[in-house]
Amino acid sequence: MRRPIVTLAGLMAAALLATSCGGAGEVEDGAAADLDVSTGVTDDAITIGTHQPLTGPAAPGYAQISVGHAAVFDYVNDNGGIHGRRIDYVVEDDVYDPARTIEVTRDLVHTEEIFAMLGGLGTPTHSKVIDFLNEEGVPDLFVSSGALMWNRPQEYPLSYGFQVDYTKEAKIQGQYIAENMPDAQVGHLYQNDDVGTDSEAGLNQYVRDMVVASEAYDPGNTDLGPQVAALEEAGADVVVCSCIPAFTALLILEAQRIGYEPQLVVSSIGADTATLTGLLSEFAAEAGTEDLPAEQLLEGMIYTSYLPTVETPDDPWIQLYSDIYDEYADSESPMTNTTVYGMVQATMMAQALMAAGEDLTRQSLIDAVESQDWAGPGMVPFASTPEDHGGFGGALVSQFHAEDEPEVLQEARVTDREGGDITEAEVERPDPGEVEFYGG
Amino acid sequence: MVSLRNHESTAPAPRARRGGGPGAAGRWRALPALVRFPLAALAAFTAVLALTSLTGPAEDLRIGSVGYYMLAIAGLQLLIGYSGQVSLGHGAFMFIGAYTMALLVLHQPAFPLWLNMLLTVVVSCAAGVLVGAATARLHGPYLAGATLALAVGLPALTVRFPELLGGSNGLAFSVRGAPPALAGVVTTSQWQAAAVWLTALVGLVVLATVNAGRLGRRMRALRDDESAAALAGIPVGRTKVTAFLISAGSGGLAGACQAYLLGTATPSSFTVALSLSLLAALVLGGLGSMWGAFWGAVALVYVELWGQELAHSLSLGTNVANNLPIVFFGVLLILVILIWPQGLHGMFSRLAGLVRRGR
Repeated sequence: MRRPIVTLAGLMAAALLATSCGGAGEVEDGAAADLDVSTGVTDDAITIGTHQPLTGPAAPGYAQISVGHAAVFDYVNDNGGIHGRRIDYVVEDDVYDPARTIEVTRDLVHTEEIFAMLGGLGTPTHSKVIDFLNEEGVPDLFVSSGALMWNRPQEYPLSYGFQVDYTKEAKIQGQYIAENMPDAQVGHLYQNDDVGTDSEAGLNQYVRDMVVASEAYDPGNTDLGPQVAALEEAGADVVVCSCIPAFTALLILEAQRIGYEPQLVVSSIGADTATLTGLLSEFAAEAGTEDLPAEQLLEGMIYTSYLPTVETPDDPWIQLYSDIYDEYADSESPMTNTTVYGMVQATMMAQALMAAGEDLTRQSLIDAVESQDWAGPGMVPFASTPEDHGGFGGALVSQFHAEDEPEVLQEARVTDREGGDITEAEVERPDPGEVEFYGG
Repeated sequence: MVSLRNHESTAPAPRARRGGGPGAAGRWRALPALVRFPLAALAAFTAVLALTSLTGPAEDLRIGSVGYYMLAIAGLQLLIGYSGQVSLGHGAFMFIGAYTMALLVLHQPAFPLWLNMLLTVVVSCAAGVLVGAATARLHGPYLAGATLALAVGLPALTVRFPELLGGSNGLAFSVRGAPPALAGVVTTSQWQAAAVWLTALVGLVVLATVNAGRLGRRMRALRDDESAAALAGIPVGRTKVTAFLISAGSGGLAGACQAYLLGTATPSSFTVALSLSLLAALVLGGLGSMWGAFWGAVALVYVELWGQELAHSLSLGTNVANNLPIVFFGVLLILVILIWPQGLHGMFSRLAGLVRRGR
């Protein structure tokens, strides 16, 4: 019996070693993927895919992004498509779980054979597939997250950011506070991940000496009591909230509960007032205090933004999007600013596909993206040059009013994510009719 | 050393002896464990290789997932099914394994994979000894409670040390794929699935061998009656801690395989729900047999997948869709346990028995 045991053990060991000779972390740089291909493009269709949280904790609110994508693509398809090709839009549910994101993204690339990825959502999720997408040569347009990581053209030549990154946005917030509220005592409430650290880096460039309290929250813990108490204790009369919508709402409710009334300055990710109104009513109902008027709680909130919002129904793009939403959206909930976010992404994807021309390859899409004049729905300039994949480069500062349209306190300004200046930006915003994003 | 033959405490299975002399099954059982288990593992490995050569990259990932879940559940099987200690915190050991692997790949890129795997086993065994020693005096629900605390508390470490552990976004890294010499023959996803299965099978062989030997007998004696075992001279505390250690080691190794396969370690993958799912999958697969670990792992990966597909195809509200995969799993668990108390393994052996008798 000795011989087979030895032979087998040897075989197993050899196989194990063979599986893993060489350092596990030593990844040799393979040749760049061939972009001169038209994977996912046929004579009459282009397949575009994305990963989104359709179920799970992040789904309320964010599930609207893919509704917006689908509605705009349906509209494009009904108006001649892209040079006669229809857009097949595939959305996969990743439950905001990175392990699932990896699985569904492989599915999208290998099984669905998508031509490009549009607006993959989330920092913890998308950061786990960005290497894969770039290695496979899949254009990774308009990532739905403000992390700085999407803007690394050397490392990730095919990934392009979309929303203004957290540092740029916080710099603009900081400068606004320093210029307009010079005596303020600033408190900062932030999410304990890159949203928080990147925002703090920007904020500190302008209001370092004014900050009296910095409080972090964990997205898994919905009790903001200690943080809000600490902000009040420190005497903060302006609170900058680098939070997702649920935590903006929790902050407002907790402050209201203890009778603390700071001026809120909220980042675009947490300031979708339509979503906030819904969340506030929902949380109030859970606490048994339905009589709190949600809109009144938001009165006077200052926020940064870079897209047109549903609170300005006269904006020509919002008019178009409302019409598209009514006709095509497969959803019973009202259109929110998160829907608009998805619709703008889809519009810009369609613009780039139109510009890429009839002979569509991944390379021609990338060329079109990098040379595109993005005049369209956006309220601030958009960067997608070979050197800068940063997306929207700045923000407006506005104030919410319950009974009225929001008031623009400061027009669009742009900046960089380092220590550069903040400058005013000229933005050209043509009407939808003047922008080419569909047509045979 | 006493003989390494299998000493199952259950009644011997009826042997098929119709035609063909003593029968292949009988001869198979007569082989010593040290030959039988590696042979079975080799056969399983070949089957996995054959399977991945037919499937696409997305499916390879799921096959790999079955592999590491199987290892984790098998470790739990040893602890719960054989030594009678209930742990609700095995996700914590997967967490330790995954992060050890991630940190090794990120900070020691020159270390080969097998060394990383070995180091992970060492680290998680060390954690297992600590936890096992602290909890060896606890029984039943108290032990379960203590291990549950571990599963709840440990992932919070990532937020405490964001510089090292990447905060709630976790760590991401790339691992070496299929060697260039095999380009075109084996895809990276096949290669990774095979590496995970090889590791899992080696782990399983160790677990099965342990179970078939003296330690396994001692553990079963403890499980059935602790006082009687102590009177018979079995060192109760040491045996319990050893079981916990081996089980923690397999959990850690499973976590390392997951990290290797997915190229990431994220705290949100190691919630309490994972620990509870492992336990539920073990019960569903069948307590008391290593086959139970396999069926449990298959159910864990595919039932959830089908549940999600079902939820999407029915276009339900988010609240319903969120919970449907869990409900699906729960109903399956209840049904299987009601009809076949030995779990899926019991069901399959019963069916196999029926077929044999019907011939």
